[in-house]
Amino acid sequence: MTSTTPRPRLVVVGHGMVGHRLVQAAVERGLTATHDVVVVGQEPRPAYDRVALTSYFAASGPEELSLLPSGSYDDPAVELLLGTEVTALDRAERTVSLRDGRVLGYDQLVLATGAAPFVPPVPGHDLDGCFVYRTIEDLDAIRAAAGPATAGVVVGGGLLGLEAANALVQLGLETHVVEMAPRLMPVQLDEAAGATLVRHVEGLGVRVHTGVATESVSGTDRVDGLALAGGARVEAQVVVFSAGIRPRDALARAAGLEVAERGGVLVDEQCRSSDERIWAVGECAAPGGRMYGLVAPGYDMAEVVVDALLGGAGRFVGADMSTKLKLLGVDVASFGDAFATTDGALELVFSDAVAGLYKKLVVSDDGRRLLGGILVGDASAYGVLRPMVASGIDLPDNPEELILPPSRGGATTGVASLPPEAQVCSCNNVTKATLLERLDVAHPGPDGAEHHCGDVAALKACTGAGSTCGSCVGTVKAIVEDHFAAQGREVSRALCEHFALSRAELFDVVAIHGYRSFDEVVTAHGTGRGCDVCKPTVASVLASLVNEHVLGEQRAVLQDTNDAFLANIQRNGSYSVVPRIPGGEITPDKLIVIGEVARDHGLYTKITGGQRIDLFGARVEELPVIWRRLVDAGFESGHAYGKSLRTVKSCVGSTWCRFGVQDSVQMAIDLELRYRGLRSPHKLKGGVSGCARECAEARSKDFGVIATEKGWNLYVGGNGGATPAHARLLAGDLDDETLVRYLDRYLMYYVRTADRLQRTAPWLDSLEGGLDRLREVVVDDVLGLGSELEAAMARHVATYVDEWSAVLDDPDKLARFVSFVNAPETPDPAVSFGTARDQIVPAGPVDLGATIAMGAPA
Amino acid sequence: MSATAPDEVRVPDDVTWVPVCALGALAREAGVPALVRGEAVAVFRTHDDQVHALSNIDPVTGASVLSRGIIGTRGDEVFVASPLHKEHYALRDGRCLDDPTLRVAAYDTRVVDGEVQVGGRRPECPQ
Repeated sequence: MTSTTPRPRLVVVGHGMVGHRLVQAAVERGLTATHDVVVVGQEPRPAYDRVALTSYFAASGPEELSLLPSGSYDDPAVELLLGTEVTALDRAERTVSLRDGRVLGYDQLVLATGAAPFVPPVPGHDLDGCFVYRTIEDLDAIRAAAGPATAGVVVGGGLLGLEAANALVQLGLETHVVEMAPRLMPVQLDEAAGATLVRHVEGLGVRVHTGVATESVSGTDRVDGLALAGGARVEAQVVVFSAGIRPRDALARAAGLEVAERGGVLVDEQCRSSDERIWAVGECAAPGGRMYGLVAPGYDMAEVVVDALLGGAGRFVGADMSTKLKLLGVDVASFGDAFATTDGALELVFSDAVAGLYKKLVVSDDGRRLLGGILVGDASAYGVLRPMVASGIDLPDNPEELILPPSRGGATTGVASLPPEAQVCSCNNVTKATLLERLDVAHPGPDGAEHHCGDVAALKACTGAGSTCGSCVGTVKAIVEDHFAAQGREVSRALCEHFALSRAELFDVVAIHGYRSFDEVVTAHGTGRGCDVCKPTVASVLASLVNEHVLGEQRAVLQDTNDAFLANIQRNGSYSVVPRIPGGEITPDKLIVIGEVARDHGLYTKITGGQRIDLFGARVEELPVIWRRLVDAGFESGHAYGKSLRTVKSCVGSTWCRFGVQDSVQMAIDLELRYRGLRSPHKLKGGVSGCARECAEARSKDFGVIATEKGWNLYVGGNGGATPAHARLLAGDLDDETLVRYLDRYLMYYVRTADRLQRTAPWLDSLEGGLDRLREVVVDDVLGLGSELEAAMARHVATYVDEWSAVLDDPDKLARFVSFVNAPETPDPAVSFGTARDQIVPAGPVDLGATIAMGAPA
Repeated sequence: MSATAPDEVRVPDDVTWVPVCALGALAREAGVPALVRGEAVAVFRTHDDQVHALSNIDPVTGASVLSRGIIGTRGDEVFVASPLHKEHYALRDGRCLDDPTLRVAAYDTRVVDGEVQVGGRRPECPQ
C-alpha cells in the first residue's frame, strides 16, 4: 500500500462483549493488516464479562471482569475510544458523529450497541432506589443503596432476574422476586420445572411471587415498596427491574435502516443491514427478524461479519438457545424443543420433589430422536443430551435411562454414542470430531510446532473446549477416557516405568503406610531401582509428609541436582545462590553483606523477579563458605533450588503507600515464613498487594492476596511463565486468620493431589468442577478434610529448619561439596568464566579434550 | 566394568591405578567427582555394590557435572541422568540410552582393600 492511499476504516459502534469479540476476530484473522479499526464504547471502561456480572460483588474491582485488562489492543491498527458515544449516523457521507463533537468517516460500519433493560412504565418506576441490572455502574449503585436497606425486590423472574436476586442475597437483603408469568424462567422452563426451581430458591430464603403483576412502585422521594395486583404489597427499599431487554437500534432507525418488527437492526445471514456498508451484531441485531439475547450467538455474528469483510461466505443461520447455568446454587438446563412444540412430540419426565429433581426429555413421536429437554436440580446429563439433540442421532432403546438416577436403573450417560459432528463445547464451537482429531494425533500446535494432545488439559488449551463456561469439561474428559479405553489403553497416570501409580496415588500410599524411605516404597509398590523421575518425586512426597532434611541418609541420592547441592546448577556446572529475603524487605546492613559476599567470591549478581538477589557463578566447593557468611549474617536458604515455596512478593502497602489499605509487607513476610521450605509438586510463588492497584502482581502467582477495605481477597491458580494464567478469586474479604486457614488447606490439598511438575493453574483446571470444586473443599469443607490439611501444615511449620544451617553443622552433609573427592583443593577447570558488562559470565563451550594440568596427583 | 579384576588387556602397562576414596565413603546409588591423571571422572556405586567410572564431562554442554546425576535403572541397565538436560548414560559403558550419537568415556575400576581405584580409559571410548 502506498502512502497516498489511506487504509479503509472499520468503525465498530459499541464495546461490549460482542464488539470486543469482533475486534479480536479482526486482529486474529488479519483484517487489521488491511483495515484500520476504530471502536467507540459508551461505558467508561473496556468490554467486560457481563455474563459474570453477579461475581462483581466478590471481585476486587471492575478490572477483574475486564476482557481487556490492559485497556488497549496490542494491534496498533485498532483505536479504542471510551466514554463517548455515537450520536448520529450519516449514511450518505459515510460518517458517524460522536458526543464529544468528533466526526469519523467509515468504509465499513458495525453496530454492536447491544440492548437496554426494559423498565415497565408502572407509576413510581423512576423513584430513587429503582435500578436495572446491566452494567458495573448499575451494580455500584445497587450496592450503595443496599447499605442502609433491609429488603429488596426484583421485578422479573427470568434468568437475569434470578441473577439479580442472587446479587441482592449476597448484599444481605431480604430478597423478593416478582414474576408476572405463572412460573420462574418462563422462557426456558415448563410449569413443573418452574415449581421445582421455586422450592430450591425459596429454600435459600428468597420469597417468590409468581403470576402477579406489579401495579406501582410506592414511595415519596425514595422507594419504600411495591404494590402488586390484587392488593398485596412488598416492603423494599431497593427495586431492580429485570423484565427483559430491548435492542438498542435508535441509531439505525434514525438513519433509516430497516428494523425488525419487534426491534433490532434487520440483517441478512451475513449480518449485513439494508445498507451494504453497515452490519449489526449481538443483541442490537435481528438476523431474519429475530433477536438473540445470549452472548454465544453474538460471538457467532461477530465472526460472520469479520469473515464477510475478508471475503468469506460465513453465514449466521440461527443459534442454539440452550442454557445451562447454576442459579443461586441450583443447576438449571433447558435445551432444544423444551416445550414439546414439535408435532407428535412425546415427553418423558422424572420428578423427585423430595430431592428437588425435575428432568424431562422431549422425544420424537417414534421415540427415536431426542428433541429437547429440561433439567432442574441435577444437570449433569446436559453435556451428553444437548449434543444428541444437535446431531439427531438415534436414542437408545430405553431413553428414560438417560435421566433416571443411577440408583434407579439409569445408566451413566455414555459419550461413545455421540456422533463425531456433535458439538461438545458450544461456547467455542468444538465438536467431538475436532477433539478426536487432536487427541493423540500429531497436528500443528498453538506455536506452529507439531505436537500431540495427550490429555484433557492439552485439549482444552489447543481447542478452547471447556475454557469459557467450563460446563463441558466433564464431557471432554469422558471423551478422552472413552477414546483411550476403546484402544485398550487406559489414560496412563503412571509416573514412570518403576511405578504404575500417579504422584497423587503415590502420595496416599506413602501417607497410609507411613514409609520413610525410597527403598520401602519401591520394594512394596514399584519395580527396578527407580530413576530421575520417580526418585525426586518420592523425595518430595517424603519431604511433604515427613519434614526431614533433604540431604539426610538415603534421601540425598534421591534429589535432583539442585536439591542435592541446595543451589541452582547453571550451564557451566557452577551454581547460583539465593538467600531468602521474606516479602522482598531487607535492611541496608544485610544488603551490604550480600554485596560483600558477592564481591569477595567474584559472583555475578542479578535482582530476581521475586524481589530477591541471585548470586551466580559459585563453584560447588565454595557453597559452604558462602553460606557460612550468609547464615552468620542472619540469612537462610531461599529454596530457589527446590520444588517448594519460592517467594511471596509484596508492595509496600499501607505502611508507606498513600493508596494502601492493609499492611501487605507484614502479610507477605508472615506467609513466606509460614510456607518456607514446603516441598510441593512444583515450585510455588505468592504475592500480596496492599490495595486493588495490585502492584505486587499477586494474581500472576500460585496464591495471590489482595487487600480490601474489609480484609483480604484470596486468589488461586495464577501462573506467569510460558502459559500465563490469572489467579481466580477463591474467597473475599477474609480476616487474617481465615486467610491463613484457607491457604493452609489450599496448599496442602495441592501438595497431596497434583501430578508431578503440575503447577497450580493446570491442577485447578484438571480438578473436576474446577474452581467451584476447590471452593467446596477449601471453604465449605465438603470432604471434611479441613482440619487434617491444617494439621499437616501445622506439622510442616513446626518442623521447619533452615536447610543450609543444618548442612553447615554436619560434616557428613558437607562432604559432598568438593571439586574432587581425591583432590579437594583443586578447582575443576571445566568451570571457567569470561566477563560481560563488568561481571563474570560462563565461558564458552569447554574443550572436551582438555586435561587438568595443575595440581594433578600422580 | 565390575569392581573386581579389570581386564589386563584393556589397561595399558603405562596406566597406573589412581586411588579415589574408600568404598565406604561412596554411598550406594550415588556418584563422586574424582581427578584422574588430570581428567575429571565421575565414580559411581550401584545398589549391588558395583563401581563404575565415566568421564565427568556432560557431552552435550561440556560441563563437568555427571557425578551429580541421579542413578537409576531402565530395564536392567543402570544409568546416570545428566543433571543438566537429563540424558541417560549407561554406567557400564557410557552409551547414551536416548541418543545413539552420544557417548561418554568409561574407565576401568577396581576395589582394593576397601579403596576405590580408577584405571585407564576404555579403548572403545571417545577421546
